[in-house]
Amino acid sequence: MSFDQNAFLIIFTASLISISCGLLGVFMMLRKMSMTGDAISHAVLPGIVIGFFVSGSQRGLEVIIGAGILGILATLLIDWLKNKAKVQLDASIGITFTLLFAIGIILINMLAYKVDLDQECVLYGEIAYLPIDLWITDAGFSMGPRITYLAVLNLVLVGTFIFLLYKELKLTSFDENFGLVVGLPAGAINLALMSMVSYTTVSSFEAVGAILVVALLVVPPATAFLWTKKLTSLIKLTCGLGIFIAVTGYYAAYLVDSSIAGMMVAVAGVIFLGSAAIKGIKPNWAFGTSTPSKPLEV
Amino acid sequence: MSDFVYFFTFQDASIAFVVIGITLLGIGSAYVGTYSFLDKKALLGDAISHAVLPGICLGFMLAGEKNPIYIVTGAFLSGALATFLTSWLKSKTRLSDDAIIASILSIFFGFGVVLLTVIQKSGNPEMAGLNQFIFGNAIAILEEDLYIYGGLAILIILTLTAFRKEFSMLVFNADFGKSIGYPMGAIRLIFNVLMILAVVIGIQAIGVVLMAALLITPGAAARFWTDKLGKLLLIAGAFSAVSGIIGTYVSFIIPQMPTGPWVVVCLSLLALISFLFAPKKGVLSRFIARRYYLKKTHQDHLLKLIYHGIESGKSSFPIEEIYQSFPYRKRETKHTIDELIKTNLLTINQGFIDFTSKGKSEAKRIVRLHRLWELYLNEYMNIAPDHVHDSAEKLEHILTPELEALLENRLNYPKLDPHQENIPRDNDEL
Repeated sequence: MSFDQNAFLIIFTASLISISCGLLGVFMMLRKMSMTGDAISHAVLPGIVIGFFVSGSQRGLEVIIGAGILGILATLLIDWLKNKAKVQLDASIGITFTLLFAIGIILINMLAYKVDLDQECVLYGEIAYLPIDLWITDAGFSMGPRITYLAVLNLVLVGTFIFLLYKELKLTSFDENFGLVVGLPAGAINLALMSMVSYTTVSSFEAVGAILVVALLVVPPATAFLWTKKLTSLIKLTCGLGIFIAVTGYYAAYLVDSSIAGMMVAVAGVIFLGSAAIKGIKPNWAFGTSTPSKPLEV
Repeated sequence: MSDFVYFFTFQDASIAFVVIGITLLGIGSAYVGTYSFLDKKALLGDAISHAVLPGICLGFMLAGEKNPIYIVTGAFLSGALATFLTSWLKSKTRLSDDAIIASILSIFFGFGVVLLTVIQKSGNPEMAGLNQFIFGNAIAILEEDLYIYGGLAILIILTLTAFRKEFSMLVFNADFGKSIGYPMGAIRLIFNVLMILAVVIGIQAIGVVLMAALLITPGAAARFWTDKLGKLLLIAGAFSAVSGIIGTYVSFIIPQMPTGPWVVVCLSLLALISFLFAPKKGVLSRFIARRYYLKKTHQDHLLKLIYHGIESGKSSFPIEEIYQSFPYRKRETKHTIDELIKTNLLTINQGFIDFTSKGKSEAKRIVRLHRLWELYLNEYMNIAPDHVHDSAEKLEHILTPELEALLENRLNYPKLDPHQENIPRDNDEL
């Protein structure tokens, strides 16, 4: 157990990332699009690799642009498969993200000698190296850890996005048709939300990896949803949970000497399952009849 | 090229083994996946395939090496736990399906990553083998592993084939099965076990992240080619076996290349081809069918227009007048008239349009169908005469000669429609 500058930086950055993810995740969950978020976070991989290859470094703007394009492409591909090719939604999601992720892995392997990016990094990132990955200006002046800056920027963008479009997001999340009737461009808002999700995935994947971003997108909002039904308290609770799992995850990972991001997700999972055990059992009198138990049925 | 010959002539017994193995497990998971696709639970396979990672790691930690029995058991148990938790959360909370699946998937994967990094830092030299479970490496499957994986795959295929009736009842109409006395709970339990087994045997070759594709994509692609369950399973199995072999071949010629991504790319390519070009259901053939239908309706409307003109006493039809009857569609109308002249239904003489005898009987047929349907709606459905036109306008293009005969028979060869207009027959004078 220790608390020094590095620990503070890691916990601070992890909290920022999980708050950004959680904020977007709340709306993804309300729109029943959690799996689309999963699909996007897998699908941005080829964009990241191509961006790496074009710019030659992981700092390039090309990486973010590439990933953003791929994220939107994935959303459009899912829509196309569902609406034009008439594939059912779950299969469209499954096909799209596995294909794009597979292409990403193939690209990494083909460009292995030219790109400083390996499969493990993409899968689960490594936030522990954050304090040594410094942002050094052209004048050779060290400005502090680069990923922390990215996380701050990301949170500011996500916060602004949600602050500006709060009413629209809320309305279209709960009743898209009503939104359309009163003249909101529901499709454009949806696409904007997906772009923010892609951008957040890219900006966080170095720290927590492409797959664990999904956990941060989905698990804290789902946990909060078990405790409250009000949107504002849902958002507050999600942010609180984000900070809590960052702190607990860091120290738990420190104890067993493992991946910090993985441990954050494990902690989030424990909280989620615990909440479900406490809050999930609906008292029978609330609805008059009991729901029959269905063993191993989904 | 010599690699190609070497690979596909199976001179090396181990290659033959691997190819047999990947074919079996491809077919097995395609079978299970097709059923779960029809059950609209395709993403459960994704959750299970991510969720086996902690089980694999625990099995590895307990055995201290890459022992297939420990790993298969561990993977199976954690897959089963994930499936159980998914159904438990669904019955106990109000979270939507996708939120539950995404949560379970990422939580289990997170645990897996924790265990994986713990193993990594313990410095076990066998660790390298464990990484193969993430992206898959079919070439690295050993012969003794293959007996277990192949055996399980055969078990899956045999169970699904033997109990096909029960499983198809499960996915198509479980309530019906229950009502005629089948133990649907037990059948679902067995099906879930088979699904977890399919994932467990697939991960060594395909990897945890991409295993979902082997479950989802073959069924979705095959669905475009047939409506019969038997054929569906065969096509799905074939797609996945072919992709499996191609993926194995690629990771054979490029040693660093994992198998999984190539299998998935092949499968997705086959799926895209199916979505675009499959007869009847493909995007292209549906597009063509739609174009054909629109053309046919326009032709019918044009013939009807001229017929109505003759009926109301007009004798000549200048082409410009016909263009004006279809405002803003001049090009399309011109094209249709050309087509009708080519098929010898209309003639054109100095800018005036007239029927040929063949065109006349075709126009009569359309008007007859229209009016017969109006009369049928009026007499049998008790719909007011001023409400029947729209429906007849749609059905006149699709009523078949058999239906026409049936209508004539039912209505007893009527002379007049509800609007007191003549129903034309072929030998009536126009």
